Amino acid sequence: MSGQGYQGKKNIPRITSDRLLIKGAKIVNDDQSFCADIYMEDGQIKQIGENLIVPGGVKIIDAHGRMVMPGGIDVHTRFQMPDRGMTSVDDFYQGTRAALAGGTTMIIDHVVPEPGASLLSAFEQWREWADSKSCCDYSLHVDITEWHKGVQEEMEALVKDHGVNSFLVYLAYKDVFQLTDSQVYEVFSVIRDLGAIAQVHAENGDIVAEEQRRILEQGITGPEGHVLSRPEEVEAEAVNRSVTVANQTNCPLYITKVMSKSAADVIAQARKKGTVVYGEPITASLGTDGSHYWSKNWAKAAAFITSPPLSPDPTTPDYLSSLLSCGDLQVTGSAHCTFSTAQRAVGKDDFTLIPEGTNGAEERMSLIWDKCVVTGKMDENQFVAVTSTNAAKIFNLYPRKGRIAVGSDADLVLWDPDVIKIISAKSHNSNVEYNIFEGVEVRGAPLVVISQGKMVLEEGNLHTTEGCGRFVGRKPFSDYVYKRIRARSRLAELRGVPRGLYDGPVCEVSLTPKTMTPASSAKTSPAKQAAAGAQPVRNLHQSGFSLSGAQVDDNLPRRNTQRIVAPPGGRANITNLG
Amino acid sequence: MAERKLLQRDSDDEGSLLSRLGTDSPKPRVKFGGMFCNVEGAYENKTLNFESYNSSPQSVRRHVKVKNEEKCWSDTFSDTGSVSNFSSVSETRPSGDRAIGTEIGSSRGQIVYQTGPGHNREHNGKRETDRLIIKGGKIVNDDQSFYADVYVEDGTIKQIGENLLVPGGVKTVDAYGHIVIPGGIDVNTSLQTSQLGMSPSDDFYHGTKAALAGGTTMIIDHVVPEPGASLLGAYDQWKDIADRGSCCDYSLHMDITRWHDGLFEEMESLVKNKGVNSFLIFMAYKDKFQSSDSQMYEMFGIIRDLGAIAQVHAENGDIIDEEQKRLLELGITGPEGHVLCHPEEVETEAVYRAITIAKQANCPLYITKVMSKSAADVIAKARKKGMVVYGEPITASLGTDGSHYWSKNWAKAAAFVMSPPLSPDPSTPDYLNSLLSCGDLQVTASGHSTFSTAQKAVGKDNFTLIPEGTNGIEERLAIVWEKAVATGKMDENEFVAVTSTNAAKLFNLYPRKGRIAVGSDADIVIWNPKETKTISAATHALTVEINIFEGMEVRGAPVVVISQGKIVLEGGKLNVSEGSGRFVPRKAYPDFIYKRIKARSKMADARGVPRGNYDGPVHDVISMTKSVPATPSSRGPQCPGKGPLGPTRNLHQSGFTLSGTQIDDHIPRRSAQRIVAPPGGRSNITSLS
Repeated sequence: MSGQGYQGKKNIPRITSDRLLIKGAKIVNDDQSFCADIYMEDGQIKQIGENLIVPGGVKIIDAHGRMVMPGGIDVHTRFQMPDRGMTSVDDFYQGTRAALAGGTTMIIDHVVPEPGASLLSAFEQWREWADSKSCCDYSLHVDITEWHKGVQEEMEALVKDHGVNSFLVYLAYKDVFQLTDSQVYEVFSVIRDLGAIAQVHAENGDIVAEEQRRILEQGITGPEGHVLSRPEEVEAEAVNRSVTVANQTNCPLYITKVMSKSAADVIAQARKKGTVVYGEPITASLGTDGSHYWSKNWAKAAAFITSPPLSPDPTTPDYLSSLLSCGDLQVTGSAHCTFSTAQRAVGKDDFTLIPEGTNGAEERMSLIWDKCVVTGKMDENQFVAVTSTNAAKIFNLYPRKGRIAVGSDADLVLWDPDVIKIISAKSHNSNVEYNIFEGVEVRGAPLVVISQGKMVLEEGNLHTTEGCGRFVGRKPFSDYVYKRIRARSRLAELRGVPRGLYDGPVCEVSLTPKTMTPASSAKTSPAKQAAAGAQPVRNLHQSGFSLSGAQVDDNLPRRNTQRIVAPPGGRANITNLG
Repeated sequence: MAERKLLQRDSDDEGSLLSRLGTDSPKPRVKFGGMFCNVEGAYENKTLNFESYNSSPQSVRRHVKVKNEEKCWSDTFSDTGSVSNFSSVSETRPSGDRAIGTEIGSSRGQIVYQTGPGHNREHNGKRETDRLIIKGGKIVNDDQSFYADVYVEDGTIKQIGENLLVPGGVKTVDAYGHIVIPGGIDVNTSLQTSQLGMSPSDDFYHGTKAALAGGTTMIIDHVVPEPGASLLGAYDQWKDIADRGSCCDYSLHMDITRWHDGLFEEMESLVKNKGVNSFLIFMAYKDKFQSSDSQMYEMFGIIRDLGAIAQVHAENGDIIDEEQKRLLELGITGPEGHVLCHPEEVETEAVYRAITIAKQANCPLYITKVMSKSAADVIAKARKKGMVVYGEPITASLGTDGSHYWSKNWAKAAAFVMSPPLSPDPSTPDYLNSLLSCGDLQVTASGHSTFSTAQKAVGKDNFTLIPEGTNGIEERLAIVWEKAVATGKMDENEFVAVTSTNAAKLFNLYPRKGRIAVGSDADIVIWNPKETKTISAATHALTVEINIFEGMEVRGAPVVVISQGKIVLEGGKLNVSEGSGRFVPRKAYPDFIYKRIKARSKMADARGVPRGNYDGPVHDVISMTKSVPATPSSRGPQCPGKGPLGPTRNLHQSGFTLSGTQIDDHIPRRSAQRIVAPPGGRSNITSLS
């Protein structure tokens, strides 16, 4: 039965136990909680209600009134991430295993193409790695590490044919991944037209590069240099800038890794002004702070290296969890990207060489429960929203993921709110030898985790299967995000003022330095330079879709309404004075 | 004299004690002819005490009632002494600015010769008759107002008080019922900057003439070198033109338009020898003037080390460039395209970024042309967080809004084109005036740069070609008075602060400019708050044919304007002489700004954590892609002096250690070291197990 593996994958013979009934559960969705039984079959939720009629031979889990919630979605992981020939120690197997152990049943990983490499081939590479190793469902973001015409075509192909609806742009990593503001503007325009979501790694790479140089010159080489060279303002500035560009291009924006209070404030303020922007604090920023960068223990200090760095302000985690609770921040990720101490030690004499990333895939759910729900900042429904539902909505996985409803995937977590656990590198499932939350006591943990309709965590035992994770394609024009964007693009049409021709005297201009590009200026993007050569250029903003028949954005009404602006100066048509 | 001095000494010692006791705390505002008018020394606390700068005992200046003519003259002589002391004070002030110091240190007459040997001789004769007494006015400084007469001689204020004893043959200026304020300082003009090869229609002569007509007695103009050209060359060119054309005192900002080799040395030389203490960096005008963030960071570091002020033209040039292309593609070619492609957020974003970079570099920041509410808000917020940042709204942004860009009259719409553009939000002028009144914005300027309609018409089919700039040099004081003082947002003292004193303090002209005090320059405006005037191109002193404030009725106008001790406006008649303006050099490290910066740079030292060496295993790295510049492609030009990371000279620190006395000798070197107690304790484990 139901043995038809998804995407040609073989399922493993514990299939007989694939019919599950959870009895006496308190079902927690993001909008309400209610008591009912859940019956699952074939990896889907088939029935919800009381006194369900189910076939015999069904495995029954008695929830005893405990909470059952949609499995967590970790929107930001970097498993198996290559960095200068090294690979992060948690590959897709170890990483997703750790995620499942913590109650997360789906991850979205980042594809990082080397600058110069093709997006599609990088995407295929990541698919291959993940398909062979992932233990839970996964999806992929694609990072834009350089910008030229070909990239745009590949993005189009990824959105249309490969189920990618989010692209990340770097404002940091100067001379490696960083894009200029012009390029970001163009990328955002393309993303909007494709119906995808623009993600931003928000740090001002220029300032960071200068500060790194300065701090190395001062002789500071340890991990504390990392946080000193990336002060909080640098993050807030980049967030502000990307919000501005997104506003101009009318593109939905998603800020990955919100690490500081001021960056979160910028997002909150932009939302108050109506910008479509989402912020993602991560496990590390919610659970710990950056004081550890000054640890005397080099290995410990280096384990906290991530970008943007953890804020040395110890009130940051509290502040971020408050903003998460009140809805100013919406989604939580883990940015799980771990390197062993030996790998980190590559930068033992130069903090800029330390590979970046912290753990957090496993601890995310428990930490948020402990920091937010136990303290009374949010209730269980909001908890579901920030750990799972919001992510599913933004990235167009809803209601397949992120909700307990008939027809949804059977990714469930039976949550025990009272169990107390101490996080430690000894007991965690990640491969890394250092856990940044070492010794933190958290309340709340998953009792049972069900992924794709199978129990993968039961009584503390993990039963994961390498390679059973399916790739979940995501469609563009996510309703949750694009309903507003569409309405705005209809309004955003700009109109000129109809005037008579100016017929007065015109000064003779001998030279027009503005149109002549200065030779040494290397600031324009390659796409633009190409465009400057040929005059009748194709309009990159508008015409990406008019070449073939069915279009990816057919459901988007064309801009046809036109707002007429009544000129404040009245209707006179005087063209010169006197 | 000596006896008298001794006597004065004695009486001074107890007098100062006693008089402070009796009269210091809340000093009644003395009305002319009122019952307190005879209290001796009542005005003394109200004028700047220049002697306090000076340790030399000679010529303690006091306003003793002197009965006979002879003593009066001796008193006047001691005044002259005190003036030269004031100058020598500036000389002895710790700074390496030797050349300028001696220029000022020599007597007033000589400095006039120094600026331009050609055309000052004839004024010297005039100057001897330039003795003025302003009677019956209310003197308004930025801190207080009081009634007193002002005696002016040789272009400086010699006496302030009542019943002054002055030599005969002095011209009396009647100021009854008016206020006497320090002449306005317009800190942002572009009277010589050509665009697309066209010179502005108001050059230094017409521009400064209009400035004087409006009550502004000093301007600071922007030197805009052609990208790649030498700063010093452009500076000399500007100074030459201004010396020949300017009718009032002027000073110069330097704009940085392109990185080139030798830029730092030129900046250093400008600060040390040429009297420039402010540099403007463009964040807009992509591919022309725009600087990248890295360049700004480096530049800010250099500017801080030089003790100068960083100014920015704050707009995100990348976004503007893209929006311009988009709008032209949409077929919008009229002036409304200009404001559509320079949306408010683009200005705000750049202000925010500039502040962030300045904060990192610990450099004082000055935002030119604050045109929108949100940009002003960002500045106000940054100030609340403790940033050393100043904002400059201009006449246009305080007086009008951007709705005119949609005018059907092309010529009118084009006249408003400037960058950043006027905000289409009609509540902007009001809001900026409020922020100016509460101190969140500090300085007003005009951003004056006018082009005739024929010149603007170069862009009749493409708004990006319209030369940018509006008028405002003449209307500035009247508009601030009308919008802020007449409406009750600020009082007359704050008016003086935002039109003159704050600018003088920021750019280190204080107290020579920006204050009515003994020893200050005689740049004085007698202001009639009640006069009503209608601004119009038909009556203004400019040559441009459209005035963006056309038809606006303003209260408040200058009755008499005195520049360099000479009456240039009286009875509605302008009497200016081309080329009489002197270049006023400005020294580095203005106190008003750098006191805080100095304290901060002492605190800002980052310290590493002393650790044992890491002795655990180290992963082998095959390829170090990070250290290889991955794409030498198109990420913004590398700034000079930055290419190879080898043993290059550290530009932030070492610019000053090559020769003997340094410009920043009076700043203590960073010696204080803050030890950070590591949160992790003192263990020294280097590997886990």
